[in-house]
Amino acid sequence: MRKRLMVTPDTVPRLPTHVRLQFDELRGKWVVLAPEKVLWPDEISVDILKRCDGKDPARDIVNGLAQEYAADRSEIEADVIEFIQDWSDKRLLTCEV
Amino acid sequence: MPAPGPPIGMLAELTYRCPLQCPYCSNPIDLLKANRELDTGTWLEIFAQAADLGILQVHLSGGEPTLRRDLEDIVAALSKRAVYTNLITAGVNLDGQRIGALAAAGLDHVQISFQGASAEVTELIGKYKNGFEKKLQTARLVREARLPLTVNAPIHRHNIHQVADFIDLALQLDADRLEIANVQYYGWAYLNRAALLPALADVERQVEIVEAARENLKGILNIDFVTPDYYADYPKPCMGGWAQDAFVVIPDGTMLPCHAAQTITSLEFDNLVDKPLAEIWQSSSAFEKYRGFDWMHEPCRSCPRKELDHGGCRCQAFAVTGDAAATDPACILSPHHDALRQVAEAAVAEKSTEFSYRRI
Repeated sequence: MRKRLMVTPDTVPRLPTHVRLQFDELRGKWVVLAPEKVLWPDEISVDILKRCDGKDPARDIVNGLAQEYAADRSEIEADVIEFIQDWSDKRLLTCEV
Repeated sequence: MPAPGPPIGMLAELTYRCPLQCPYCSNPIDLLKANRELDTGTWLEIFAQAADLGILQVHLSGGEPTLRRDLEDIVAALSKRAVYTNLITAGVNLDGQRIGALAAAGLDHVQISFQGASAEVTELIGKYKNGFEKKLQTARLVREARLPLTVNAPIHRHNIHQVADFIDLALQLDADRLEIANVQYYGWAYLNRAALLPALADVERQVEIVEAARENLKGILNIDFVTPDYYADYPKPCMGGWAQDAFVVIPDGTMLPCHAAQTITSLEFDNLVDKPLAEIWQSSSAFEKYRGFDWMHEPCRSCPRKELDHGGCRCQAFAVTGDAAATDPACILSPHHDALRQVAEAAVAEKSTEFSYRRI
Protein backbone atom coordinates (compact mmCIF):
# COMPACT_ATOMS: atom_id res chain seq x y z
CA MET A 1 0.00 0.00 0.00
CA ARG A 2 1.02 3.60 -0.56
CA LYS A 3 2.59 5.47 2.32
CA ARG A 4 2.32 9.12 3.32
CA LEU A 5 5.40 10.93 2.13
CA MET A 6 7.28 13.04 4.66
CA VAL A 7 8.90 15.91 2.78
CA THR A 8 12.57 16.71 3.42
CA PRO A 9 15.04 19.01 1.61
CA ASP A 10 15.98 15.98 -0.54
CA THR A 11 12.43 15.38 -1.77
CA VAL A 12 11.93 15.99 -5.49
CA PRO A 13 8.34 17.21 -5.99
CA ARG A 14 6.37 17.40 -9.21
CA LEU A 15 2.80 17.95 -10.32
CA PRO A 16 1.21 14.62 -11.32
CA THR A 17 -0.01 14.56 -14.93
CA HIS A 18 -3.63 14.86 -13.80
CA VAL A 19 -2.95 18.04 -11.80
CA ARG A 20 -2.50 20.96 -14.17
CA LEU A 21 -1.10 24.42 -13.48
CA GLN A 22 -2.20 26.70 -16.28
CA PHE A 23 -2.68 30.39 -16.93
CA ASP A 24 -6.32 31.36 -17.37
CA GLU A 25 -6.30 34.11 -19.99
CA LEU A 26 -9.92 35.08 -19.40
CA ARG A 27 -9.46 35.76 -15.68
CA GLY A 28 -5.80 36.80 -15.96
CA LYS A 29 -4.57 34.46 -13.25
CA TRP A 30 -2.99 31.05 -12.62
CA VAL A 31 -5.24 28.14 -11.86
CA VAL A 32 -4.66 24.55 -10.70
CA LEU A 33 -7.04 21.96 -12.16
CA ALA A 34 -7.32 18.66 -10.30
CA PRO A 35 -9.96 15.94 -9.88
CA GLU A 36 -13.14 17.73 -8.71
CA LYS A 37 -11.02 20.71 -7.69
CA VAL A 38 -10.22 24.16 -9.06
CA LEU A 39 -7.67 26.15 -7.02
CA TRP A 40 -6.42 29.71 -7.41
CA PRO A 41 -2.87 29.74 -5.96
CA ASP A 42 -1.36 33.09 -4.91
CA GLU A 43 1.79 34.48 -6.53
CA ILE A 44 4.27 32.76 -4.21
CA SER A 45 2.44 29.42 -4.46
CA VAL A 46 2.61 29.67 -8.27
CA ASP A 47 6.34 30.35 -8.03
CA ILE A 48 6.83 27.24 -5.90
CA LEU A 49 4.61 25.07 -8.12
CA LYS A 50 6.44 26.12 -11.29
CA ARG A 51 9.67 24.90 -9.70
CA CYS A 52 8.15 21.51 -8.81
CA ASP A 53 9.38 19.98 -12.06
CA GLY A 54 10.43 16.52 -10.90
CA LYS A 55 14.12 17.44 -11.30
CA ASP A 56 15.03 19.78 -8.47
CA PRO A 57 14.96 18.73 -4.81
CA ALA A 58 13.16 20.98 -2.33
CA ARG A 59 16.57 22.31 -1.24
CA ASP A 60 17.21 23.80 -4.70
CA ILE A 61 13.66 25.14 -4.90
CA VAL A 62 14.30 27.02 -1.65
CA ASN A 63 17.60 28.38 -3.02
CA GLY A 64 15.93 29.61 -6.20
CA LEU A 65 13.12 31.31 -4.31
CA ALA A 66 15.56 32.91 -1.83
CA GLN A 67 17.43 34.38 -4.76
CA GLU A 68 14.31 35.59 -6.55
CA TYR A 69 12.80 37.24 -3.49
CA ALA A 70 16.16 38.38 -2.05
CA ALA A 71 15.28 36.52 1.13
CA ASP A 72 17.38 34.56 3.61
CA ARG A 73 16.94 30.86 2.73
CA SER A 74 16.72 29.91 6.41
CA GLU A 75 13.70 32.19 6.71
CA ILE A 76 11.74 30.58 3.90
CA GLU A 77 12.86 26.93 4.02
CA ALA A 78 10.36 25.78 6.64
CA ASP A 79 7.48 27.49 4.82
CA VAL A 80 8.37 25.92 1.47
CA ILE A 81 8.75 22.43 2.96
CA GLU A 82 5.42 22.89 4.74
CA PHE A 83 3.77 23.96 1.47
CA ILE A 84 5.09 20.90 -0.37
CA GLN A 85 4.02 18.64 2.50
CA ASP A 86 0.53 20.15 2.50
CA TRP A 87 0.10 19.78 -1.25
CA SER A 88 1.52 16.26 -1.14
CA ASP A 89 -0.96 15.37 1.65
CA LYS A 90 -3.75 16.58 -0.61
CA ARG A 91 -2.28 14.44 -3.42
CA LEU A 92 -1.72 17.52 -5.57
CA LEU A 93 2.06 17.04 -5.64
CA THR A 94 3.83 13.75 -6.01
CA CYS A 95 7.35 13.32 -4.74
CA GLU A 96 10.41 11.20 -5.24
CA VAL A 97 13.04 11.04 -2.52
CA MET B 1 -27.81 42.99 -9.48
CA PRO B 2 -24.23 42.95 -10.88
CA ALA B 3 -23.52 40.76 -13.92
CA PRO B 4 -22.49 37.22 -12.87
CA GLY B 5 -18.85 36.20 -13.20
CA PRO B 6 -17.78 33.44 -15.57
CA PRO B 7 -18.73 29.89 -14.49
CA ILE B 8 -16.00 27.38 -13.62
CA GLY B 9 -17.66 23.98 -13.94
CA MET B 10 -20.14 22.29 -16.25
CA LEU B 11 -21.99 19.03 -15.80
CA ALA B 12 -22.86 17.58 -19.21
CA GLU B 13 -25.49 14.86 -19.04
CA LEU B 14 -24.88 13.44 -22.51
CA THR B 15 -27.62 10.80 -22.37
CA TYR B 16 -30.25 9.47 -19.99
CA ARG B 17 -29.68 5.92 -21.25
CA CYS B 18 -28.13 3.78 -18.51
CA PRO B 19 -27.60 0.05 -17.90
CA LEU B 20 -28.23 0.59 -14.15
CA GLN B 21 -31.53 1.25 -12.36
CA CYS B 22 -30.45 2.87 -9.08
CA PRO B 23 -33.47 4.02 -7.06
CA TYR B 24 -31.73 7.31 -6.13
CA CYS B 25 -30.80 8.26 -9.71
CA SER B 26 -30.34 12.01 -10.12
CA ASN B 27 -32.02 11.99 -13.54
CA PRO B 28 -35.62 13.24 -13.68
CA ILE B 29 -38.45 10.85 -12.79
CA ASP B 30 -40.16 11.68 -16.05
CA LEU B 31 -37.28 10.49 -18.25
CA LEU B 32 -39.34 10.24 -21.40
CA LYS B 33 -39.88 13.99 -21.54
CA ALA B 34 -36.27 14.76 -22.39
CA ASN B 35 -34.89 11.57 -23.93
CA ARG B 36 -34.16 13.27 -27.27
CA GLU B 37 -30.36 13.52 -27.56
CA LEU B 38 -28.31 16.23 -29.23
CA ASP B 39 -26.05 15.22 -32.09
CA THR B 40 -22.26 15.43 -31.90
CA GLY B 41 -22.01 18.74 -33.75
CA THR B 42 -24.44 20.48 -31.40
CA TRP B 43 -22.58 19.22 -28.32
CA LEU B 44 -19.24 20.38 -29.76
CA GLU B 45 -20.73 23.83 -30.40
CA ILE B 46 -22.07 23.98 -26.82
CA PHE B 47 -18.67 22.98 -25.40
CA ALA B 48 -16.95 25.63 -27.55
CA GLN B 49 -19.32 28.27 -26.17
CA ALA B 50 -18.73 26.98 -22.63
CA ALA B 51 -14.94 27.24 -23.05
CA ASP B 52 -15.35 30.77 -24.45
CA LEU B 53 -17.39 31.73 -21.39
CA GLY B 54 -14.63 30.50 -19.05
CA ILE B 55 -15.51 26.92 -18.12
CA LEU B 56 -12.40 25.14 -16.75
CA GLN B 57 -13.80 21.71 -15.90
CA VAL B 58 -16.40 19.55 -17.62
CA HIS B 59 -17.93 16.54 -15.91
CA LEU B 60 -19.14 14.11 -18.58
CA SER B 61 -22.06 12.25 -17.13
CA GLY B 62 -25.50 10.81 -17.89
CA GLY B 63 -27.16 8.32 -17.68
CA GLU B 64 -24.12 6.44 -18.82
CA PRO B 65 -21.98 8.80 -20.96
CA THR B 66 -19.90 6.00 -22.50
CA LEU B 67 -23.01 4.85 -24.39
CA ARG B 68 -22.33 7.86 -26.63
CA ARG B 69 -19.96 6.65 -29.35
CA ASP B 70 -18.77 10.26 -29.86
CA LEU B 71 -17.36 10.56 -26.32
CA GLU B 72 -13.77 10.46 -27.63
CA ASP B 73 -14.51 13.36 -30.01
CA ILE B 74 -16.01 15.38 -27.17
CA VAL B 75 -13.03 14.72 -24.87
CA ALA B 76 -10.58 15.62 -27.65
CA ALA B 77 -12.36 18.91 -28.39
CA LEU B 78 -12.40 19.91 -24.71
CA SER B 79 -8.80 18.86 -24.22
CA LYS B 80 -7.78 21.07 -27.14
CA ARG B 81 -9.27 24.03 -25.26
CA ALA B 82 -7.34 23.06 -22.08
CA VAL B 83 -10.61 22.20 -20.34
CA TYR B 84 -10.20 19.54 -17.63
CA THR B 85 -12.35 16.50 -18.40
CA ASN B 86 -13.85 14.18 -15.82
CA LEU B 87 -15.69 11.02 -16.89
CA ILE B 88 -18.45 9.92 -14.51
CA THR B 89 -19.30 6.31 -15.32
CA ALA B 90 -21.00 3.23 -13.92
CA GLY B 91 -18.04 1.27 -15.31
CA VAL B 92 -19.92 -1.78 -16.58
CA ASN B 93 -19.54 -1.38 -20.35
CA LEU B 94 -15.94 -0.26 -20.88
CA ASP B 95 -13.07 -2.35 -22.19
CA GLY B 96 -9.36 -1.58 -22.21
CA GLN B 97 -9.42 -0.40 -25.80
CA ARG B 98 -12.11 2.21 -25.15
CA ILE B 99 -10.37 3.45 -22.01
CA GLY B 100 -7.13 3.71 -23.98
CA ALA B 101 -8.89 5.71 -26.69
CA LEU B 102 -10.36 8.10 -24.12
CA ALA B 103 -6.96 8.52 -22.44
CA ALA B 104 -5.39 9.22 -25.83
CA ALA B 105 -8.08 11.81 -26.52
CA GLY B 106 -6.90 13.67 -23.42
CA LEU B 107 -9.24 12.49 -20.66
CA ASP B 108 -7.99 13.79 -17.30
CA HIS B 109 -9.86 11.78 -14.68
CA VAL B 110 -12.33 8.91 -14.22
CA GLN B 111 -14.95 8.49 -11.54
CA ILE B 112 -16.58 5.07 -11.15
CA SER B 113 -19.72 4.63 -9.06
CA PHE B 114 -19.92 1.66 -6.69
CA GLN B 115 -23.46 0.97 -5.46
CA GLY B 116 -22.06 -1.34 -2.81
CA ALA B 117 -18.71 -2.59 -1.53
CA SER B 118 -19.92 -6.14 -2.27
CA ALA B 119 -21.47 -7.91 -5.26
CA GLU B 120 -24.72 -8.46 -3.39
CA VAL B 121 -25.44 -4.82 -2.50
CA THR B 122 -24.19 -3.57 -5.88
CA GLU B 123 -26.73 -5.81 -7.64
CA LEU B 124 -29.54 -5.01 -5.21
CA ILE B 125 -29.22 -1.28 -6.01
CA GLY B 126 -28.07 -1.19 -9.63
CA LYS B 127 -30.01 -4.24 -10.85
CA TYR B 128 -27.14 -5.17 -13.15
CA LYS B 129 -25.88 -8.72 -13.20
CA ASN B 130 -22.19 -9.13 -12.30
CA GLY B 131 -21.97 -5.34 -12.01
CA PHE B 132 -19.50 -5.44 -9.12
CA GLU B 133 -16.98 -7.65 -10.95
CA LYS B 134 -17.24 -5.45 -14.03
CA LYS B 135 -16.66 -2.30 -12.01
CA LEU B 136 -13.57 -3.80 -10.37
CA GLN B 137 -12.24 -4.76 -13.79
CA THR B 138 -12.92 -1.28 -15.21
CA ALA B 139 -11.20 0.37 -12.25
CA ARG B 140 -8.10 -1.78 -12.86
CA LEU B 141 -8.09 -0.91 -16.55
CA VAL B 142 -8.39 2.80 -15.72
CA ARG B 143 -5.30 2.61 -13.49
CA GLU B 144 -3.44 0.53 -16.11
CA ALA B 145 -4.10 3.38 -18.55
CA ARG B 146 -2.45 5.64 -15.92
CA LEU B 147 -5.62 7.65 -15.42
CA PRO B 148 -6.43 8.87 -11.91
CA LEU B 149 -9.45 7.21 -10.31
CA THR B 150 -12.19 8.32 -7.94
CA VAL B 151 -14.44 5.74 -6.32
CA ASN B 152 -17.89 7.24 -5.81
CA ALA B 153 -20.03 5.57 -3.15
CA PRO B 154 -23.59 6.88 -2.76
CA ILE B 155 -24.55 6.03 0.83
CA HIS B 156 -27.97 5.01 2.21
CA ARG B 157 -29.50 2.50 4.63
CA HIS B 158 -28.47 -0.54 2.57
CA ASN B 159 -24.74 0.18 2.38
CA ILE B 160 -24.00 2.57 5.27
CA HIS B 161 -22.55 -0.43 7.17
CA GLN B 162 -20.02 -0.83 4.30
CA VAL B 163 -18.26 2.51 4.70
CA ALA B 164 -15.06 0.90 6.03
CA ASP B 165 -15.22 -1.62 3.16
CA PHE B 166 -15.50 1.21 0.63
CA ILE B 167 -12.31 2.72 2.08
CA ASP B 168 -10.50 -0.63 1.73
CA LEU B 169 -11.87 -1.01 -1.79
CA ALA B 170 -10.61 2.44 -2.84
CA LEU B 171 -7.14 1.59 -1.48
CA GLN B 172 -7.10 -1.82 -3.20
CA LEU B 173 -8.04 -0.19 -6.51
CA ASP B 174 -5.27 2.43 -6.11
CA ALA B 175 -7.84 5.23 -6.25
CA ASP B 176 -6.76 8.81 -5.72
CA ARG B 177 -10.07 9.84 -4.18
CA LEU B 178 -13.08 8.30 -2.50
CA GLU B 179 -16.42 10.06 -2.31
CA ILE B 180 -18.59 8.92 0.59
CA ALA B 181 -21.66 10.69 -0.69
CA ASN B 182 -24.81 10.37 1.36
CA VAL B 183 -27.75 10.29 -1.02
CA GLN B 184 -29.49 13.62 -1.53
CA TYR B 185 -33.23 13.30 -1.53
CA TYR B 186 -34.90 14.79 -4.55
CA GLY B 187 -36.29 13.17 -7.71
CA TRP B 188 -35.97 9.36 -7.60
CA ALA B 189 -34.35 9.44 -4.17
CA TYR B 190 -37.21 11.54 -2.77
CA LEU B 191 -39.66 9.00 -4.17
CA ASN B 192 -37.67 6.23 -2.42
CA ARG B 193 -36.98 8.05 0.83
CA ALA B 194 -38.73 5.45 3.01
CA ALA B 195 -36.53 2.65 1.65
CA LEU B 196 -33.25 4.60 1.63
CA LEU B 197 -32.94 6.90 4.66
CA PRO B 198 -30.39 5.59 7.19
CA ALA B 199 -30.71 5.51 10.98
CA LEU B 200 -29.08 8.20 13.11
CA ALA B 201 -26.87 5.71 14.97
CA ASP B 202 -25.49 4.43 11.65
CA VAL B 203 -24.88 7.99 10.43
CA GLU B 204 -22.94 8.78 13.61
CA ARG B 205 -20.81 5.65 13.27
CA GLN B 206 -20.16 6.54 9.63
CA VAL B 207 -18.91 10.01 10.60
CA GLU B 208 -16.48 8.47 13.12
CA ILE B 209 -15.12 6.01 10.55
CA VAL B 210 -14.67 8.70 7.89
CA GLU B 211 -12.99 11.17 10.26
CA ALA B 212 -10.55 8.54 11.56
CA ALA B 213 -9.74 7.34 8.02
CA ARG B 214 -9.12 10.87 6.80
CA GLU B 215 -6.54 11.37 9.53
CA ASN B 216 -4.91 7.93 9.08
CA LEU B 217 -4.84 8.13 5.29
CA LYS B 218 -3.56 11.69 4.94
CA GLY B 219 -1.46 11.85 1.78
CA ILE B 220 -2.60 8.32 0.82
CA LEU B 221 -6.28 8.68 -0.09
CA ASN B 222 -8.45 11.79 -0.36
CA ILE B 223 -11.87 11.18 1.15
CA ASP B 224 -14.65 13.61 0.30
CA PHE B 225 -17.65 13.35 2.56
CA VAL B 226 -21.10 14.52 1.49
CA THR B 227 -23.01 14.72 4.77
CA PRO B 228 -26.58 13.44 5.17
CA ASP B 229 -28.98 16.42 5.06
CA TYR B 230 -31.73 14.78 7.07
CA TYR B 231 -29.47 14.64 10.14
CA ALA B 232 -27.62 17.90 9.58
CA ASP B 233 -27.75 21.10 11.63
CA TYR B 234 -26.91 23.38 8.72
CA PRO B 235 -27.41 23.03 4.97
CA LYS B 236 -24.71 22.45 2.39
CA PRO B 237 -23.55 25.33 0.17
CA CYS B 238 -25.35 23.67 -2.73
CA MET B 239 -23.58 24.30 -6.08
CA GLY B 240 -21.59 27.06 -4.30
CA GLY B 241 -24.75 29.14 -4.68
CA TRP B 242 -27.42 29.06 -7.39
CA ALA B 243 -25.94 30.00 -10.78
CA GLN B 244 -22.65 31.17 -9.23
CA ASP B 245 -19.92 28.80 -10.43
CA ALA B 246 -21.52 26.02 -12.42
CA PHE B 247 -24.37 24.83 -14.61
CA VAL B 248 -25.79 21.65 -16.12
CA VAL B 249 -26.80 20.72 -19.67
CA ILE B 250 -29.16 17.74 -20.07
CA PRO B 251 -29.40 15.40 -23.09
CA ASP B 252 -31.86 17.52 -25.07
CA GLY B 253 -29.81 20.72 -24.65
CA THR B 254 -31.79 22.29 -21.82
CA MET B 255 -29.48 24.32 -19.55
CA LEU B 256 -30.07 24.16 -15.78
CA PRO B 257 -28.55 25.85 -12.70
CA CYS B 258 -28.27 22.41 -11.03
CA HIS B 259 -29.07 18.86 -12.09
CA ALA B 260 -32.26 18.67 -10.03
CA ALA B 261 -33.55 22.15 -10.92
CA GLN B 262 -36.39 20.75 -13.01
CA THR B 263 -37.99 19.39 -9.85
CA ILE B 264 -38.85 23.05 -9.09
CA THR B 265 -41.95 23.05 -11.25
CA SER B 266 -42.45 26.82 -11.11
CA LEU B 267 -39.30 27.48 -13.15
CA GLU B 268 -38.91 27.59 -16.94
CA PHE B 269 -35.64 26.66 -18.60
CA ASP B 270 -34.05 27.65 -21.88
CA ASN B 271 -32.54 25.29 -24.45
CA LEU B 272 -29.12 25.77 -26.05
CA VAL B 273 -30.57 24.84 -29.42
CA ASP B 274 -32.50 28.15 -29.28
CA LYS B 275 -30.26 30.52 -27.32
CA PRO B 276 -26.53 31.18 -26.83
CA LEU B 277 -24.98 29.76 -23.66
CA ALA B 278 -23.67 33.13 -22.42
CA GLU B 279 -27.12 34.68 -22.69
CA ILE B 280 -28.77 31.88 -20.67
CA TRP B 281 -26.01 32.04 -18.05
CA GLN B 282 -26.21 35.80 -17.69
CA SER B 283 -29.87 36.63 -17.97
CA SER B 284 -32.30 33.70 -18.22
CA SER B 285 -35.14 33.84 -15.68
CA ALA B 286 -34.31 30.47 -14.06
CA PHE B 287 -30.66 31.43 -13.49
CA GLU B 288 -31.54 34.91 -12.18
CA LYS B 289 -34.29 33.65 -9.87
CA TYR B 290 -32.13 32.53 -6.90
CA ARG B 291 -28.79 34.14 -7.78
CA GLY B 292 -27.18 36.22 -5.04
CA PHE B 293 -29.12 37.08 -1.87
CA ASP B 294 -32.02 39.35 -2.89
CA TRP B 295 -34.54 36.50 -3.22
CA MET B 296 -34.06 35.34 0.37
CA HIS B 297 -36.69 35.53 3.11
CA GLU B 298 -36.05 35.32 6.83
CA PRO B 299 -34.36 33.59 8.57
CA CYS B 300 -31.80 33.51 5.70
CA ARG B 301 -31.95 37.19 4.76
CA SER B 302 -30.35 38.51 7.96
CA CYS B 303 -28.33 35.36 8.73
CA PRO B 304 -24.51 35.69 8.76
CA ARG B 305 -24.27 32.11 7.44
CA LYS B 306 -25.86 33.08 4.14
CA GLU B 307 -22.42 33.89 2.72
CA LEU B 308 -21.34 30.34 3.62
CA ASP B 309 -24.31 28.22 2.55
CA HIS B 310 -26.40 30.51 0.29
CA GLY B 311 -29.52 29.28 2.08
CA GLY B 312 -28.76 25.67 1.10
CA CYS B 313 -30.47 23.68 -1.63
CA ARG B 314 -33.40 25.24 -3.53
CA CYS B 315 -34.61 21.85 -4.77
CA GLN B 316 -34.75 20.40 -1.25
CA ALA B 317 -36.56 23.53 -0.01
CA PHE B 318 -39.16 23.06 -2.77
CA ALA B 319 -39.49 19.29 -2.29
CA VAL B 320 -40.13 19.55 1.44
CA THR B 321 -41.88 22.93 1.86
CA GLY B 322 -43.38 23.61 -1.58
CA ASP B 323 -41.53 26.96 -1.67
CA ALA B 324 -38.17 27.02 -3.46
CA ALA B 325 -37.27 30.35 -1.78
CA ALA B 326 -37.67 28.89 1.71
CA THR B 327 -34.71 28.09 3.95
CA ASP B 328 -33.37 24.61 3.20
CA PRO B 329 -35.05 22.44 5.89
CA ALA B 330 -31.65 20.85 6.62
CA CYS B 331 -31.04 24.08 8.60
CA ILE B 332 -31.98 24.14 12.30
CA LEU B 333 -33.38 27.64 11.74
CA SER B 334 -36.00 26.31 9.28
CA PRO B 335 -39.48 25.77 10.74
CA HIS B 336 -39.53 22.50 8.76
CA HIS B 337 -36.31 21.16 10.28
CA ASP B 338 -37.93 18.91 12.90
CA ALA B 339 -40.32 17.48 10.31
CA LEU B 340 -37.34 16.41 8.21
CA ARG B 341 -35.86 14.48 11.12
CA GLN B 342 -39.25 12.89 11.79
CA VAL B 343 -39.49 11.70 8.18
CA ALA B 344 -36.11 9.99 8.58
CA GLU B 345 -37.09 8.37 11.89
CA ALA B 346 -40.41 7.15 10.50
CA ALA B 347 -38.68 5.72 7.42
CA VAL B 348 -36.18 3.83 9.56
CA ALA B 349 -38.95 2.45 11.79
CA GLU B 350 -40.95 1.29 8.77
CA LYS B 351 -38.01 -0.76 7.41
CA SER B 352 -39.38 -0.66 3.87
CA THR B 353 -37.23 -2.27 1.18
CA GLU B 354 -39.58 -1.65 -1.70
CA PHE B 355 -37.79 0.44 -4.29
CA SER B 356 -39.20 2.18 -7.31
CA TYR B 357 -36.27 1.42 -9.59
CA ARG B 358 -35.25 4.02 -12.16
CA ARG B 359 -36.76 3.13 -15.50
CA ILE B 360 -37.50 5.00 -18.68
